[in-house]
Amino acid sequence: MWRQWIPFWHPGVSPEGGDVDLLFAGLLIASALVLGLLFFLLALFCVRYRAGNEIDRENDEAKSWYWEVSWTTASLLCFLALFVWGATVYFEIYRRPPDELTAFVVAKQWMWKVQHSGGQSEINALHMPVDRPIRLVMASQDVIHSFFIPALRLKHDVVPGRYQDLEITAQRIGHYHLFCAEYCGTAHSGMTGEVVVMEQADFAAWLSQQTPTSSLADEGGALFRQLGCSGCHSAGSKIHAPQLEGVYGRPVPLSDGSTVIADDKYIRDSILLPRSQIAAGYEPLMPSFEGKVTEDQLLRLVLYIKSLGRQP
Amino acid sequence: MTEPNYLTADYTLRSWFFTTDHKRIAILYFASLTMFFFIGGAAATAMRIELATPQADLVSDDIYNRLFTMHGIIMVWFFLIPSIPNTLGNFIVPLMIGARDLAFPRLNLMSWYIFMLGGSVTLFAILAGGIDTGWTFYTPFATLYSNSYVMVAAAGVFIAGFSSILTGLNFIVTIHRLRAPGLTWYRLPLFLWSLYATSVILVLATPVLAITLVLIAVERFFGVGFFDPRIGGDPLLFQHLFWFYSHPAVYIMILPGMGVINELVSCFSRKQVFGYKFVAWASLAIAALGFLVWGHHMFVTGQSLLASLVFSFMSFVVAVPSAIKVFNWTATLHKGSLRFDAPMLYALAFIGLFTIGGLTGLFLACLAFDVHATDTYFVVAHFHYIMVGGMVTAYFGGLHYWWPKITGRLYSEYWARAAAILIFLGFNLTFFPQFVLGAEGMPRRYHVYPPEFQVWNVLSSGGATILAAAYLLPLFYLGYSVFFGARAPANPWDAPGLEWQTSSPPPEHNFDVQPVVTRAPYQYSRKFEAKPQNA
Repeated sequence: MWRQWIPFWHPGVSPEGGDVDLLFAGLLIASALVLGLLFFLLALFCVRYRAGNEIDRENDEAKSWYWEVSWTTASLLCFLALFVWGATVYFEIYRRPPDELTAFVVAKQWMWKVQHSGGQSEINALHMPVDRPIRLVMASQDVIHSFFIPALRLKHDVVPGRYQDLEITAQRIGHYHLFCAEYCGTAHSGMTGEVVVMEQADFAAWLSQQTPTSSLADEGGALFRQLGCSGCHSAGSKIHAPQLEGVYGRPVPLSDGSTVIADDKYIRDSILLPRSQIAAGYEPLMPSFEGKVTEDQLLRLVLYIKSLGRQP
Repeated sequence: MTEPNYLTADYTLRSWFFTTDHKRIAILYFASLTMFFFIGGAAATAMRIELATPQADLVSDDIYNRLFTMHGIIMVWFFLIPSIPNTLGNFIVPLMIGARDLAFPRLNLMSWYIFMLGGSVTLFAILAGGIDTGWTFYTPFATLYSNSYVMVAAAGVFIAGFSSILTGLNFIVTIHRLRAPGLTWYRLPLFLWSLYATSVILVLATPVLAITLVLIAVERFFGVGFFDPRIGGDPLLFQHLFWFYSHPAVYIMILPGMGVINELVSCFSRKQVFGYKFVAWASLAIAALGFLVWGHHMFVTGQSLLASLVFSFMSFVVAVPSAIKVFNWTATLHKGSLRFDAPMLYALAFIGLFTIGGLTGLFLACLAFDVHATDTYFVVAHFHYIMVGGMVTAYFGGLHYWWPKITGRLYSEYWARAAAILIFLGFNLTFFPQFVLGAEGMPRRYHVYPPEFQVWNVLSSGGATILAAAYLLPLFYLGYSVFFGARAPANPWDAPGLEWQTSSPPPEHNFDVQPVVTRAPYQYSRKFEAKPQNA
C-alpha cells in the first residue's frame, strides 16, 4: 500500500481516511517539488553570484512581466487543483448521514458520554461495530468541544445549543484515540477516550452484556410524565396543546405562516425556546425548560417523541 | 565637536518620555517590545519544558492553560503586531521618504502611551491570577465558564487596539502627504508599500476586534445574549467576528516582515528588486483578499458547506500574491553580487521558512485535510513558521540592517552571524517536529498527552532550548555595541535609500538639506555601487 510509504504515518481506517491520506500525500509531493526548486535556486544563486566570484553578470534588463505572468498563472492553477481535490473529499466526509445505527454523544467539561439507543451508556469510550456506518448525534452541555478521532481523519466541533450529526465508519478492528480538539478549560487534555472497533457479532454481544435499565426512549417517556409534559400534550388534556403522536419527521405549520420539519433540532428548540416557533392554531402557553433539563434528558425526550411517531 | 544627533541632543528623562521625535518614540517602543518578547518567550519556554514528558510534572493544568494564553496574548498583541511597524517603521518611514517626522508626532507619542496602558492592564491581569481562555477568547467559555481575569485582559487588548489604529492612521497620512519632492509612488521603497498595506488593515480591522470585546463585556456583565445559546446567542457568531479581525491581523503581522525582506535582499544582492510593481501590488492584494478568508478557521464548526467552499477557495487565492513575492525575491538574487552579512542571512532564512509556512497554510486551506489537521500541532507549527520563522526573523534582519543607523554603532558581525544561524537551527528543531505531531493527530493546547507522541515533543523541547538561548545572544552583542562598538559611517552597507544619506545616528531634524528624489529605489551601478535616490 502506498500509504505506508509516508514516514511516521499510520494509515486512516475510515472510508474517507484513504482519500485524506492520498490528499496529504499529494500536498506533500507538491510542496516538496516547490521547495526543492526554490532551495535549489537559492543555493545555486548564492554560490554562483557570491560577491567576488568572476562570472558573467551581463545584466538582463529584459522585461520581467512574462516571468511574473507565468509563475502567477502556474501557482493559481496548482492551487485551484488542490482546492477542488480538497473540497471533493470534504463533501464526502460531511455528507448528510442517512438514518442508521445511531449513538448519542454528550460532551461536557471534561468527559464524553456516549449513549446507544438501546440505553447502554459509556464514559470516555465509544464501542462500535466494524464496517458499519454509525450516525452520531452530538450535543454539548456547556462550552464548545470538538470530537476528534485521528485514526478516522475525522473531527467535528460540538457547539452548545445545537445538535451536530456526523457519520463515522471504521474499517479495522482495534483501539483508537478519541480526543477533544477544541480547548475547553482546565482539564481539556484529560478529555480523551477510546474508540473500540469490534467485530459486528462481538459488538452485539457487548451491547447485550451492558444490561441497560431501559431504552433511552422509555426513559424519555418517564421524563415526559415526570416533568409534566403529559399534562398538556396528551389526548385527554383540557389544555389546548399540540398532540405529539406522529409529529416526528412531518411538516409543522407555524403561526407566522411558514412550515418546518419536526426534526431533532425543532423538538429540542421547542422544549427550550417554545416561543421561538409557535405551531399554528395554538396559544404560546408552554413555559421554557431552559436550565431545567440537561442535554442527557433532552436527548431522551427527543427520542421519546420520535418513538411516538413510529406507533400506528 | 560635531553637531548633536537625536540621541545626544538631550539626556533628561523628560526629553525621552515627552519626546515627539519619531526616532526616540521608536526607541521607547523597542524597549517595551523587547520586554514583552522575553515575557512571552519565557511562557513558551516553560510550556516546552513541561511538554518534554507526557505527564504533568512542572506545572498544573490551570497554570499550563494560563501560560499558553499569556504567551499568545503577549506575543500577538504586544509583540508581533507592533513589532516592525512601531519600532523599525517609526524610525525609518520618515527617513525613507525624506521627511522631518511622521505627520502627527504627538499622536505618535500618544499611541505609545496607549500601548503601554494596554500592556500594563494585560500584565496586571496576568499577575493578578492569569487568563485561561487562550488568546482566541472563544465563547461561551470566555463569557460564562472561565473564572480567570478575562475582562481585565480583554480590556488591555481593547486599549492596545487604539494604539494600532493611531499608528496605522499616522503612517497612511505620512506616506500620502510627506514624501520628499520627486518621490512618486513607484519610487517608494517596497518597505513603505507593505507598511501602507499594513496600515490599511490596522485601521479597518482593529475596530471589529474592539466591538467584539465590548460585546463579550456586555454579555458577561449585563446578560445580553450575543454568544451564549442559553440566552439566545450564537457561540459561532463570536468566531466569525473574532476571525474577521484576527485573520487580517495575520497579514498585519507578516506584511511588514515582507517589506523588510525587500530592502535586505536588494541591498545584499546589489540589485534592484525583481518585478517591483508586482511586489508592490501584491502587498495591497494581500491586504484586500485577507479580509475574505476568515471562515477557514471554522471548517469543522458546522458552518454551511457552501461557506466552507468559498472560504477555502479564497484562502488559496490569497496565497498567490505571497507566492509572487517569494519568486521575485529569488529572482532578485539572480546575477547579483551577493554578500552574506547577518541581515542577509536572516533574509535567506525568511524566504525558506516563510515558504514552508505558506505551503503548509495551503494544507490547512485544503478542506478535507483541514478536518484532520485543524486544532492539532500541525496548525501550531504552520503559524509559527509564518510568525516566528517569518516575522520574527524579518524583525531581527531589519534590526541588524538598520542598527548602525539607529545607534550609530557597529555590532560584532561574527556574533551576529552565529546568532542568525543558531536561531535558524533552533527554530527548525523546535517547530518541524510539530508538523509530524499534528499530522499524527496530537491536539494543541494539551497539557498531558499519550506517550507515543513523546519522541517528537522531546525534539521540539530541545529545539526550544536552543532557540531561547539564541534569542538571548543579540541582547548581549547588540547591547555591547551600543557602548563599545565602532562608530558607524552614514552608509555602512552602501545602500541607495534616503535613510542612508544622512548621518548615523541622524540629527534630530533628520536631514540638513531637504532631499530631492531623482530616481527609482534600489539602483546600483554595473560595479554594484549604490546610486543614492537623491543624487
